[in-house]
Amino acid sequence: MTEVRVHHRPISTWWWTRKPTYFVFVMRELSSIFVAWFVVYLLMLVYAVGRGEAAYEDFLAWAATPWVVVLNVVASLFLVLHVVTWFNLTPQAMDVRIRGQKAPASLVVASQYVGLAVVSAFVLWLVTR
Amino acid sequence: MADSIRLEVTRYRPEGDSGPEVQEYDVPLRKEWTVLDGLNHVKDEVDTTLAFRWSCRMGICGSCGMNVDGEPKLTCATFLSDYAPGPVRVEPLANFPIVRDLVVDLYDFMEKLPRVKPWIIRDDDLTVIDGEYLQTPEELDAYKQFSMCINCMLCYAACPVYGLDPEFIGPAAIALAERYDLDSRDRGARERLDVLIEHEGVWGCTFVGECTRVCPKHVDPAGAIQRYKLKAAKENVMAFLLPRGAR
Ligand code: SF4
Ligand code: FES
Repeated sequence: MTEVRVHHRPISTWWWTRKPTYFVFVMRELSSIFVAWFVVYLLMLVYAVGRGEAAYEDFLAWAATPWVVVLNVVASLFLVLHVVTWFNLTPQAMDVRIRGQKAPASLVVASQYVGLAVVSAFVLWLVTR
Repeated sequence: MADSIRLEVTRYRPEGDSGPEVQEYDVPLRKEWTVLDGLNHVKDEVDTTLAFRWSCRMGICGSCGMNVDGEPKLTCATFLSDYAPGPVRVEPLANFPIVRDLVVDLYDFMEKLPRVKPWIIRDDDLTVIDGEYLQTPEELDAYKQFSMCINCMLCYAACPVYGLDPEFIGPAAIALAERYDLDSRDRGARERLDVLIEHEGVWGCTFVGECTRVCPKHVDPAGAIQRYKLKAAKENVMAFLLPRGAR
């Protein structure tokens, strides 16, 4: 075979700013960090509650400091992005069939929101009862 | 409508010293003209040295893929009028090395495709005389979508994972593996999974989803890859829980 002198194009570090879809993808990946943050935050809350009234008050005071509030607001926004993007991707990842027929994507997505609502309501009932 | 549109075409001459350059051509803007028609006009009337691939002009052969204004497209199915007043950037498919002008080197895919064994694998070896393997319309439906692939490579050009890590086996190859796995006549799922369960297999994919968006044949390679991940994950759990003989 004759040797062909091909040209390789380098990929820019900023490739993900080239298209909106790439950008959303990178933000979705980034959102995982904030999901992890909320897990840590929840564990800290549970730990504080476990250590008694005073520790819990301390935790609340710390949670009300401006930087924690700002962090949690940003983290919530990323969490919403995380939920919405992953729910939207599910119909592609799972081949859901109802009586042999492929279930419409909207049904798969909707059922996840129903699931989320049910679980949220249960948790709300659990903590407020 | 203006009567001409400017194409900004990537030129690369391997015998020269420099890298790719952009050359501009003005071509007639007609309602029924595609980007490929524009390029053929250049080739026939303006500059015979321009190199590009095409054959069927009807979205079947998969050879005319190029990046048009940054998006991987079949140029025979992409109309110039959609880019009016222009200019339109026409580049070789992204993520592949350039051989000359708009022609890219597809050797990498040619080497990867047979790894997923995209053919029907049987335990028994029936001959033609034994008769055909029958299939119901439902069984055909199960894999039909994935069999529509024309190997146009638009999905590879759109995939940032493939661009950053050329070891990744890539969307179309995995979609074709799924096509044979879902075929009722096939018994090769196990062999394909052994290939795709590797890191360069399905786990390379981070579900950007761009392959599915650019696919001109609605193959949905991203969907095929995620389903493969489920299969691979199940396999890993089984391997962990059960001794080899029991699987
Ligand atoms: S999966 Fe679609 S985009 Fe990829 S090679 Fe096949 S037809 Fe082209
Ligand atoms: S020329 Fe065959 S697909 Fe475009």
